[in-house]
Amino acid sequence: MSEWETVIGLEIHTQLSTQSKLFSAASTQYGAEPNRQACGIDLALPGVLPVVNREAIRMAVMFGLAVGAKIRTPCVFARKNYFYPDLPRGYQISQYELPIVEGGSVEIELQDGSHRQIELTRAHLEEDAGKLLHEGYAGESAVDLNRAGVPLMEIVSEPQMRSPEEASAYMRTLHGIVTFLGICDGNMEQGSFRCDANISMRQKGEKELGVKVELKNINSFRFVERALRYEQQRQVDALESGKPIIQETRQYDPGTDRTRPMRIKEYADDYRYFPDPDLLPVVVDESVQAELAESLPELPQARRTRLIEQYALSADLAAVLVQSRQWADYFEATVEAGAGASTAARWITGEVFAWMHKESTELIEPPVSANSLAQLLKCIDSGVVSNSAAKEALAAMWKGEGEAEEIIEARGLRQVGAGADLDQWVDQVIEAHPDEVEQYRGGKDRLLGFFVGQVMKASGGKADPKQVSEQLRTKLQSG
Amino acid sequence: MHEQTLLEQAQALQDGEVSSVELTQFYLNRIQAHDESLNSFVTVTGAQALAQAEAADRARSAGEAGPLTGVPLAHKDIFCTRGVRTTCGSRMLDNFVSPYDATVVERLQAAGMVMLGKTNMDEFAMGSSNENSYYGPVHNPWDPERVPGGSSGGSAAAVASRLAPAATATDTGGSIRQPATFCGVTGLKPTYGRVSRFGMVAYASSLDQGGMLGVSAEDCAALLGTMAGFDSRDSTSVDHPVPDYQEELKQPVDGLRLGLPKEFFDDRLDARIRASVEEAVAAWEGQGAQLVEISLPNLPLATPAYYVIASAECSSNLARYDGVRYGHRCADPEDLEDLFCRSREEGFGAEVRRRIMIGTYALSAGYREAYYDRARRVRQLIRRDFQQAFEKVDAIVAPVSPVLPFRLGEKTQDPVAMYLIDCYTIPVNLAGLPGLSLPARPVDGLPTGVQLIGNYFDEARLLGLGAAWQRETDWHRQVPPEFA
Repeated sequence: MSEWETVIGLEIHTQLSTQSKLFSAASTQYGAEPNRQACGIDLALPGVLPVVNREAIRMAVMFGLAVGAKIRTPCVFARKNYFYPDLPRGYQISQYELPIVEGGSVEIELQDGSHRQIELTRAHLEEDAGKLLHEGYAGESAVDLNRAGVPLMEIVSEPQMRSPEEASAYMRTLHGIVTFLGICDGNMEQGSFRCDANISMRQKGEKELGVKVELKNINSFRFVERALRYEQQRQVDALESGKPIIQETRQYDPGTDRTRPMRIKEYADDYRYFPDPDLLPVVVDESVQAELAESLPELPQARRTRLIEQYALSADLAAVLVQSRQWADYFEATVEAGAGASTAARWITGEVFAWMHKESTELIEPPVSANSLAQLLKCIDSGVVSNSAAKEALAAMWKGEGEAEEIIEARGLRQVGAGADLDQWVDQVIEAHPDEVEQYRGGKDRLLGFFVGQVMKASGGKADPKQVSEQLRTKLQSG
Repeated sequence: MHEQTLLEQAQALQDGEVSSVELTQFYLNRIQAHDESLNSFVTVTGAQALAQAEAADRARSAGEAGPLTGVPLAHKDIFCTRGVRTTCGSRMLDNFVSPYDATVVERLQAAGMVMLGKTNMDEFAMGSSNENSYYGPVHNPWDPERVPGGSSGGSAAAVASRLAPAATATDTGGSIRQPATFCGVTGLKPTYGRVSRFGMVAYASSLDQGGMLGVSAEDCAALLGTMAGFDSRDSTSVDHPVPDYQEELKQPVDGLRLGLPKEFFDDRLDARIRASVEEAVAAWEGQGAQLVEISLPNLPLATPAYYVIASAECSSNLARYDGVRYGHRCADPEDLEDLFCRSREEGFGAEVRRRIMIGTYALSAGYREAYYDRARRVRQLIRRDFQQAFEKVDAIVAPVSPVLPFRLGEKTQDPVAMYLIDCYTIPVNLAGLPGLSLPARPVDGLPTGVQLIGNYFDEARLLGLGAAWQRETDWHRQVPPEFA
């Protein structure tokens, strides 16, 4: 039995977070009524001309600088010619021979903590196409051009990944980079970040690449791994039973966890690329590059290292926080507002994430601001509320009932410390359980927990368990 | 009134000798009377023109008139005009009403000019005889049996017959200059990037340039001053200052070095046309210009390179006409492919389809290198030839067309012969230079012309040479007898 090596390369399409389209002033806002965000340029009326969006150029340059790539200047927009109703000009404006970003690399981290460097071939700018709508048009199809012209940056890797796990780690790493750079919102459900994966198999030691299959349009880290795993096995099975791999495009169906071939083209594509004569070569001045290099935000890996060092966080907590720039920002803002770093990290990755998950919100506009959260966490650290009371307070805050202090007061969540009430509850409990008191005094120490529980119950959860157990210990011993 | 130049009419308006409504009505009447036989207009916008004229007259009474306020003109039907259909001479756009104005239209309208209508043209500006229009051929006002040249044949015929004092036009390989010569009017193709292409239906983007046809070089200068200038909506428009062309063209001819490239005076050139060109050269020499023999060695490569580049670009530019969003759509398409194929087959004429085929072939995998890439290298060589020439001379003098206006139908069966007619104009587009076509001594009652080619953004010098020649001659003042 021969040993197989998996070869994977990814093409990642990121939608750049510009206000307007790559070549027109129409808005890129997601979710508008069909064709409300398509101007004459997007409709390809006779006589209209594209004008490149400077912001998109800056974003691509930022990406190139962030991955240590070469910024090609001038870079050239080219026309990719083909007919389709969602492509109004009959050509897509893309970059072909002279893309804006060339080379570069990213470091990925695998589950076992090991690291690998994956090189990039290039990243280029191109416009998205529109969308065909087939439902609700009485057997006809309709065209929605809202997406037509939305700026995309396609990031192409070298075929250097050797496992589905590496592919998803690579995808996560790039997701982190583009979202931390603020050039892509990273929203995978809306398709702002999606990939095509190329996979082929070859015998270990073989230099030549095997026949590759392209898996189209995968929009989740989990799916890319599962799709590639399925495809890996399918190809190995085929090769071992002597069947050839057909070069084709396949689609992953998460429902069945399988890939299946997409429409097979009857003839090879010839896109007749040539430089778009409506657009001049784009020159990025060195001063602009320097300015962008200067203003590059901290990237996930660097930020994680800093969080560990600056806030004494565990590597795991830091890793979770840097999965999203918003989370990391939220954490730092919470600490900045006075919360203890360790409490903040635990609460954000615990309770706050749980609420976000439950309410399907994003931290872009959380209902509880970092400042409000900090006020609550300060109450925990200073012993004003117990953990469980704080959870209740957070729930109320999440629902918009007010700030931490108000809720604690309104709901009577303030933790009760030493004082008349606590004395009274402790005495009551001791009085009510003479047998257990006898046993405790006879050496059955673990009954302390039972007494604490009883006192907490009597206090309605308001007592501070630490103080309760101290009081109990004193009183039980002295009896 | 129609014998006046545009500037003379502007003066008459200023002096209150005529109102814009009167002038506009006068031209509308001439169009009504003469255009049935000429076919120079696709659409006449009478009501709109009169409304614009009234507005111009009101502006004048309010003291808000500019130098061109109230002067009528016609637009080549390649410029998008809001609310008025823009056909580009094609069945494909027979039903297309533009929702926006081209920058050129917008600027001339902002200057108070009145649009009389849209002029006939070769379909999508592809042609040298105006025989490729869906709306039928335009007839040469000097001889209705002959072609007016193309692709701006409608604009040239309308100005020559004085159905309009001036008209906008476009030039991709000679489409302003050649019809100017065939019809005996003055035509300027500005430097590539001088006039915005926004709203000008594209044929070959890297070569297309908007310009104008007028009676005199001075008229062209007045229009250029309004049309030229940077437009943020056209990435290829150049942010270069717009001089006062009417002032600049008064510069003396004395001391200018005029280049005579031997490749332009080869044996393809009709000897009678050569004589007319030489007469103009002698006139400039008489005014103190110095003649310099020069060579542009790569010129013979220009025509083949042009037809590869222009066709390649058009094959892509015209892909948007797919029957989906606007324009001609075939009846009852069976499926998507049928919709695309039949809409295009029915919507485009033979010459347009031919160039799309040539261009598609020239860009195809395996052929691109041999055709498109090589043609682009030739283009660089031609550009370099001109650059070297302009180190020695201030302007180049050349013929416009090697032949006299030919008979309708004479060359329609031989596309290559038709293509070769543009051999003296094409190199100028490939290099992106400005070119001016001036009427010269007619031959056997048919107009001829002389071409001036300038360095980048040197339109003023060309217009100055033209004005100097037109002060000594009156070829540009001649009106075809039928329209006098």
